[in-house]
Amino acid sequence: MKILVPVKRVIDYNVKPRVKADGTGVDLANVKMSMNPFDEIAVEEAIRLKEKGVATEIVAVSVGPQKAQETLRTALAMGADRAILVQTDDEVEPLGVAKLLKAIADEEQPGLVVLGKQAIDDDSNQVGQMLAALMGRPQGTFASKVEVEGDSVSVTREVDGGLETVKLSLPAIVTTDLRLNEPRYASLPNIMKAKSKPLATKTPADYGVDVAPRLKTLKVSEPPVRSAGIKVADVDALVAKLKELGVA
Amino acid sequence: MAKTLVWVEHDNTSVKDATLAAVTAASQLGEVHLLVAGSGCAAVADQAAKIAGVGKVHLADNAAYKDALAENVAPLIVDLMGHHDAFVAPATSHGKNIAPRVAALLDVMQVSDILSVEGPKTFTRPTYAGNAIATVESSDAKLVITVRGTAFAKAETSGGSGSVEAVSGAGDAGLSSFVGAEIAKSERPELTSAKIIVSGGRALKDSETFKATIFPLADKLGAAVGASRAAVDAGYVPNDYQVGQTGKIVAPEVYIAVGISGAIQHLAGMKDSKTIIAINKDEDAPIFQVADIGLVGDLFNVVPELTGKL
Repeated sequence: MKILVPVKRVIDYNVKPRVKADGTGVDLANVKMSMNPFDEIAVEEAIRLKEKGVATEIVAVSVGPQKAQETLRTALAMGADRAILVQTDDEVEPLGVAKLLKAIADEEQPGLVVLGKQAIDDDSNQVGQMLAALMGRPQGTFASKVEVEGDSVSVTREVDGGLETVKLSLPAIVTTDLRLNEPRYASLPNIMKAKSKPLATKTPADYGVDVAPRLKTLKVSEPPVRSAGIKVADVDALVAKLKELGVA
Repeated sequence: MAKTLVWVEHDNTSVKDATLAAVTAASQLGEVHLLVAGSGCAAVADQAAKIAGVGKVHLADNAAYKDALAENVAPLIVDLMGHHDAFVAPATSHGKNIAPRVAALLDVMQVSDILSVEGPKTFTRPTYAGNAIATVESSDAKLVITVRGTAFAKAETSGGSGSVEAVSGAGDAGLSSFVGAEIAKSERPELTSAKIIVSGGRALKDSETFKATIFPLADKLGAAVGASRAAVDAGYVPNDYQVGQTGKIVAPEVYIAVGISGAIQHLAGMKDSKTIIAINKDEDAPIFQVADIGLVGDLFNVVPELTGKL
């Protein structure tokens, strides 16, 4: 079984985003970029399925600028077998990404598509579900456990209030939550090896997909700032404050 | 006037609170119709019809809709969207699962997690863990929206006089089945609707210490219990306690952060709380930059003393 793993190049998890003064977006110039953390978990899950003998090949895909090659090389260094970059400098919305992935899935015929539940830049949480819809296949979102059993996959999902388990017939789409696994670091020899793994570069036009945005961003602004309040000296002062608030 | 269709979150017995904020958001767009899809859920539809401002309740009662499987529910919604202009769902785990599937089937780019309605097709929404608020305008013919529950007032659960109309859909799509759920039972209020929340961080050491320290304070205050991602990852409490960018988004009257340093991902989940109280031994902890009231001290002394004095 082949596994398709879409990955996104995003602002590094540890960098605090700054809104541009002109309100057109977030300043990404000279900011450290990395693979979206949920996508790292997806790559790891795919590798584990390959190590268990469930998967035979892992294809990493990214939609983004030329520099997204680095993100794909990271996936290859972790253990993906080959990569496809759909190169574009335009921002592609989740619907456009899902359409491109659908076209790639039509060509590659994966048994599973495993991807992050959301990207930490636009926080949309849409691509996996949209891809599943376009492919007419089932979706196991926010996965904390994935078990392939014959022609189906059992996915335990993190939902409000706890966990739920669904059984999906393959091919299926799985989106990862934080506790699915802990992604490995790529070793130096594997980073070197990854440089010679195949990486194909395509464009949205190659797949005949219109990725023109549907949403127009009118403005991007800083959230209202909370100012630091007061410090109290001891528990008695805190109790007094809680009484003022009417909660004690 | 636009006609909206709101997906009602429920457990086949009663309407979940998150629905009420979605109704408020939808009412700012136009006429509000609801969809109650479930199994043996006529009582839910009757309850939903009483929500203030609701015009019509579509009731789809079918075993295939019992567990809100997106594969089964999405085609039903797509059918109903033939005569609605906007689909609105609460940004809960079920809402977030279903809405994008609907959006793709309608060839619509969804607007996720809206904070406000600025115009007929214009909304604000958080990006970058709430560090940037984007104002976006949709150019699609129909809208698909998820609503952040803490950003809208809850619609009144009485006063409405909607009519209930049965609808039928294709039922089981034959792609997925529900195996089971482990939903934590708790006597405490639910995190997303609690007035007071006491949250613990990694500094709580282990599961026993977390329970022995945080739970008595929470119970004294009648509060819900939350946790930082670090505390959840360390296994102190189950994942449904997590407050943050990828956990629950909360905005209680009072949020008490105990032994939580205040990573941006955590702040993204609680910084809209009305009053934030922080207890931390590190006076430079980022949590103090957003806290209204801070107490620098060892939580293992401070929290038991506080619990005792309340």
